[in-house]
Amino acid sequence: MNRRWRYLPQYLAIAPFFVLFAIFGVYPVVYSLWLSFQRWNGVSEMKFVGLENFRFLLTDSVFWESIGNTLVIWVMSTIPMLVLSVLVALGLNSSVRHKGFLRVAYFLPNVTSIVAMSLVFGSFFSNEFGVLNWFLGLLGVDPVQWLTDPWAIRIAISVMIIWRWTGYNAIILLAGLQALPQDVYEAAKLDGAGPVQTFFRVTLPLLRPVLLFSVVMSAIGGLQIFTESQILLGDRGGPEGAGMTMVLYFYNTAFADNDFGYGAAIAWGIFVVVVLFSILNWRLVQRPDGGGK
Amino acid sequence: MNRTKPGTLLTYGALVIGALITLFPYYQLAVMASNTTADIYSSPPRFWFGGHLFENVGEVFAKVDFFGSVLNTLVVAIATTVLVLFFDSLAAFTFAKYDFPGGNVLFAVLLATFVVPTQLAAIPQFDLMAKFGLVGSLNALIIPAAANAFGIFWMRQYARGAISDEVLEAARVDGASFFRTYLSVGLPVLRPALAFLGIFTFVNAWNDYLWPLVVLIDSNNTTLQVALSQLNGLYMQDYAVVMAGTLVAIVPLVIVFLIGARHFISNISAGAVKG
Repeated sequence: MNRRWRYLPQYLAIAPFFVLFAIFGVYPVVYSLWLSFQRWNGVSEMKFVGLENFRFLLTDSVFWESIGNTLVIWVMSTIPMLVLSVLVALGLNSSVRHKGFLRVAYFLPNVTSIVAMSLVFGSFFSNEFGVLNWFLGLLGVDPVQWLTDPWAIRIAISVMIIWRWTGYNAIILLAGLQALPQDVYEAAKLDGAGPVQTFFRVTLPLLRPVLLFSVVMSAIGGLQIFTESQILLGDRGGPEGAGMTMVLYFYNTAFADNDFGYGAAIAWGIFVVVVLFSILNWRLVQRPDGGGK
Repeated sequence: MNRTKPGTLLTYGALVIGALITLFPYYQLAVMASNTTADIYSSPPRFWFGGHLFENVGEVFAKVDFFGSVLNTLVVAIATTVLVLFFDSLAAFTFAKYDFPGGNVLFAVLLATFVVPTQLAAIPQFDLMAKFGLVGSLNALIIPAAANAFGIFWMRQYARGAISDEVLEAARVDGASFFRTYLSVGLPVLRPALAFLGIFTFVNAWNDYLWPLVVLIDSNNTTLQVALSQLNGLYMQDYAVVMAGTLVAIVPLVIVFLIGARHFISNISAGAVKG
């Protein structure tokens, strides 16, 4: 066989991904940089506007609020979600019955359509006839205007994210727990450590790498929150834009208002936020007292 | 076995309550889908099934082209899954088992593509689809998704350990071509990995919302998620019907997931701990 063609089958075998990525990845990213210096509605003539889109972006209060909302929702969902996941993982790691069923039950939300479940949760959050306000009423709490009050909106979205991701992270933490060395526990027992002490002094520090994995993954997903807001509150993110996330604002500008130039600038703005956030995460993981491998 | 310890019983109780809370939205969805809208908008809320499920589902199919959406979603999910399984496993098999000039560099490039955020590409992708005349077409969903870095990366890890070099060498000595070797040696061994990636891809394709919403705009050719969103927009007053549509949209997926759930969940956890 001709030497030059010797590896042709191998190159052909890996080609589909690279061809698709060139067309739908490389070209679009370069083109979106070009677009961010234009004014364009996708139909009429493109107009070069220099840095105007970015200048506007820096002073665009909606964009800054969307960053704030996204980060607030991320914190309000991630912290309770991690606590709950650790509890569920610890429970599943003990000698309880029906583990197989419980694991599937906790995991199921993660594979269920966000659109569908946003509609179901939407009914729970209804002011007058919602299950949630009915339940609060039983406890003697006044009804909450879940989908009109700005903070209630953010809580409502966070609740949906917690529901969706607790089981997923519990399964991952469970795998982490099962991989922990058993001799450390025997040593702790010999030293007379109680279960609570053992948890905070032994389990939690050893689990740190897996916990950080969960934090990093939830950051990647959390910065992309879109569907919950769009379904529950519409394109504008509800009253006072309290549910306006970064990606919703991008979608709204680019595909509801057909402002492709400014939309591209917003996409680059989101990219910068994601990079900054990733650097922060990375430094967290790289801390010398544990974590990164 | 010994008597169950009280602590274990307490843990079990807490886990079951947590699981019931987790599953409650599914239960309540079925309750709402089987009641009338007037029943849903009543206080206290209904917590038991009504007798209107088939009537509500029938209305969904009468009001929007839900049948077409189910069909479209099936076509997209199945086509995407088949293509991804073929292209990803072929590339993974190659990267895992063959040395060729530039192989390592190309694999590093593949890993680097993880960092490209989807929004950056979205507007030009839409523009491309418009130029190709694919806006409103299911091909706009299938083609860009036909191969992906995650699947190749994940399956390569699996293939490296699972496929033995001796068997590959034996196939080479027998004069089997590269593609023949992939089919007869690679694929059978990769079967468990294909099962996981298959479910993963199918679920994601089924649930995808943002890109279908963008690229199927102004068309009657929708996927289930877009149809659901439209149903909600048009018939918000008829909540029982919206809930019936929602039920129809998630049931097939829940069934697919439950079939492979144990295998799928153990793969998710194995990946996380190794990575």
